[in-house]
Amino acid sequence: MATRIEVLKTYKIYIDGKFPRTESGRYYILKSSKGESIANICNSSRKDFRDAVVAARRALAGWSGRSAYNRGQILYRIAEMLESRRAQFVAELLQQGSKAEDAEVEVSASIDRILYYAGWADKFQQIFSSVNPVEGSYFNFSVPEPTGVVAVMAPESYSLIGFVSSLLPALVGGNTVIVLASKTKPLCAVSFAEVLNSSDVPGGVINILTGDAEELADHFSTHMDVNSVVVSLKNDVMLKKIQLNAAGNVKRVIEFSMNDWFSTEASSPYHILDCQEIKTTWHPMGV
Amino acid sequence: MNFIESPNVDHVNVEERVARLCKRSIKKESKLEALKLALSMVDLTTLEARDTPGKVIQMCHKAMRPHDFEDIPRVAAVCVYPNLVRVAKKTLLNSGVKVASVATAFPSGMSSTKIKISETKWAVSEGADEIDMVISRGKFLSGDLQYVFDEIALVKEACGEAHLKVILETGELSTLDNVRKASDLAIMAGADFIKTSTGKLQPAATLPVTLVMFEAIRDHFQRTGKMVGMKPAGGISTSKIAIQYLVTLRETLGNAWMNSNYFRFGASTLANDLLMQIVKLKTGVYQSEDYFSKD
Repeated sequence: MATRIEVLKTYKIYIDGKFPRTESGRYYILKSSKGESIANICNSSRKDFRDAVVAARRALAGWSGRSAYNRGQILYRIAEMLESRRAQFVAELLQQGSKAEDAEVEVSASIDRILYYAGWADKFQQIFSSVNPVEGSYFNFSVPEPTGVVAVMAPESYSLIGFVSSLLPALVGGNTVIVLASKTKPLCAVSFAEVLNSSDVPGGVINILTGDAEELADHFSTHMDVNSVVVSLKNDVMLKKIQLNAAGNVKRVIEFSMNDWFSTEASSPYHILDCQEIKTTWHPMGV
Repeated sequence: MNFIESPNVDHVNVEERVARLCKRSIKKESKLEALKLALSMVDLTTLEARDTPGKVIQMCHKAMRPHDFEDIPRVAAVCVYPNLVRVAKKTLLNSGVKVASVATAFPSGMSSTKIKISETKWAVSEGADEIDMVISRGKFLSGDLQYVFDEIALVKEACGEAHLKVILETGELSTLDNVRKASDLAIMAGADFIKTSTGKLQPAATLPVTLVMFEAIRDHFQRTGKMVGMKPAGGISTSKIAIQYLVTLRETLGNAWMNSNYFRFGASTLANDLLMQIVKLKTGVYQSEDYFSKD
């Protein structure tokens, strides 16, 4: 009997709830630590990023307009879906060079982190809101609101825990997100798109690209329709360039690099606050 | 040629040809020129029952000076309801931007010929340079072509010096054969422009419909030497689509039609997308709607 040829997955990008190949037709070959070829990965272009921004902008009103409670439910659903696919993610971490016990720990920690932020979905507003004492007969209060479209550059290592920890704070706060996955460890990010696709996250709310950070950093930071850039990637030269470019439309640049993504500092409601803007309202008393 | 003897349209062929023309890649300097040309051909339109003089004045200023970026052309015309023509005319003065007014019981056309003529005359007396009329689709579809023909001819007469654009409302004509027939009929009745749609109905302008209308114009030109203009309207909201129309125009009618005297886009949101693309090409930075005025 002929031996069966395994059907390998095509790793594609995730834009607007769909899985297109890169518009540019470019790809790079992902190699294991032993030098064997694992997969062809899309090398996304500026046009893929532009398309992702259009999708994210379109999805913003719907996502930020949902009740915070509902956003929490959807995050919980992501955790459920990831749990049910943990074997796949463990296998991919192993392919990317993790040790067996480390891979198990990373997947578990990632699921727990999603759950952690799901819990914060309808609570962080109360912590960061305030009623302000003012002179005169006004009721004055401040509340956090989502910044808008947030572009995230995920860390190069910690391809799952670092990836989810970088995008979740923006997401849970009602922003829509475009994430660039780690170039050397992109497998989990692409598979995470499949998790999102089966967990009630509306199309366009999270868009996932793979490719070269050096090339895309300029577009991430100059695009006038991007409101904030979260840089979890460690690269001081690139960070400086992003900060300079971001001045074009006064984007918020948030440096969010961690030495240890498992640590307690890596998960905090203050990371949610980073991608929020505070709105203060004056209201006449007794009306 | 009698307008009843319009040629039949090969539906499949039209779709194929349009699909082929849409694949053209227009980049860099050519794209910039195409975008500027498209902007200069826009009829900036507001046709809502809640339109106010304030909104029209604001739109007129945008028409004259769409953006403060260097070297941006003004648009071809503004298109409003008859009761706002005077306001538009007063704001635009001698800027070169024309005032177009819809008339003849727009958008349905469900009124008597007499009322349509008097509405047209009133719009012209208010200062309209161009009249966008609708044809009586009910009469056309029931086969009373002579009625439709006579009505267009009478409205044309009522226009006097003003240019007449005839809206076929192709979304209600069902077939491309009907589109061709209505185009021939309108051209022979004296239309200066033929226009696809009111913008009040889906589907509005599409490339296949536009191609068929271009061909009617081309055949008329080859027969008589008279050039008729074309205005697709409704649903053309992005620069990409606008450039596809320009490619189809160039390949069907040629360079002589590549200006605002013979080609217009009826649109409200297209102008901003064109501006965003022009600024993107000049600065290299993708733009956001937040930085472009809405009206």
